[in-house]
Amino acid sequence: MKGLKYLLLGTLFGIVLTKSEVVSWFRIQEMFRFQAFHMYGVIGSAMLVGMLSIQLIKRRHLRSLSGQPIVLADKRFSHGVWIGGIIFGLGWALTGACPGPMFAQLGSGVGAAAVLILAALAGTWTYSALREKLPH
Amino acid sequence: MLELLRQPWPWYVAGPLIGLMVPALLLLDNKALGISSALRQICAACVPAGIPFLQYNWRSESWNLWFVLGIVVGGFVGYRVLGHPETIAISAETVRDLRAQLHLTDFTGLLPRELFALENLANWRGWVFLVLGGFLVGFGTRYAGGCTSGHAISGLSNLQWVSLVAVIGFFAGGLLMTWIIYPLLF
Repeated sequence: MKGLKYLLLGTLFGIVLTKSEVVSWFRIQEMFRFQAFHMYGVIGSAMLVGMLSIQLIKRRHLRSLSGQPIVLADKRFSHGVWIGGIIFGLGWALTGACPGPMFAQLGSGVGAAAVLILAALAGTWTYSALREKLPH
Repeated sequence: MLELLRQPWPWYVAGPLIGLMVPALLLLDNKALGISSALRQICAACVPAGIPFLQYNWRSESWNLWFVLGIVVGGFVGYRVLGHPETIAISAETVRDLRAQLHLTDFTGLLPRELFALENLANWRGWVFLVLGGFLVGFGTRYAGGCTSGHAISGLSNLQWVSLVAVIGFFAGGLLMTWIIYPLLF
């Protein structure tokens, strides 16, 4: 069962997303209206802890459990990064959900989440089909 | 302890736990946190349709699908098992603005029923929020090469300037929708 550890880690991630209410449309609206610190606190402290962890991994040359050196791929720039970023932002404010939270909402029993995920899959598929024709 | 877990978790507990997902996945087996890639994998597995971008060995990245399945389980545990407040305690200003601008009256649940009930698919506004909204998320994240987890958490943690560009884009789009387009929809 190679997948089991990822299933468990994903479960933990889903619980945190749900209990911190970042899976709520209301919280995302509150964020885009600058009316509470909550979302900024969640994203900011997540980044800070992630950053410190990566620094530690790099400085100590830590290896993965299987003994491999940790490799961090650089993100490559294309014009898609900002064009796609804006397109995602429009959808984020409408649905109040990024991809992770959509799946957590599905588990929480929100019927709308099934439609949102299918629509997101259609979006990813359409991008894939049009990729050659889009500016990058 | 259980009583404490049942309460909504403050940002300074949840944020660091989310941040720890980055080293946890790296140390487990060199995996980079990112959820939107799972959408591409599901497309590649189910409807590849001869599209070059969907012809890759998605099975070798199947950990992502397990992780996403875990998120579904986590949503169930976090909401149904640990329990949840009827109404999420958002700021009074947001409630006031949503009442005035979007004419919302029901603030219970994770999503406002007045916009996201499945019956709304019978009118145009339901299609905008449920179908167009979801579509833009799936299209935009892949075009940008990542979402909140891949760029904002994972990418910025690794000091990637490309991810900063993406996150500025996410916010530009979100502010444009909230402040300019929402008033036109209601």
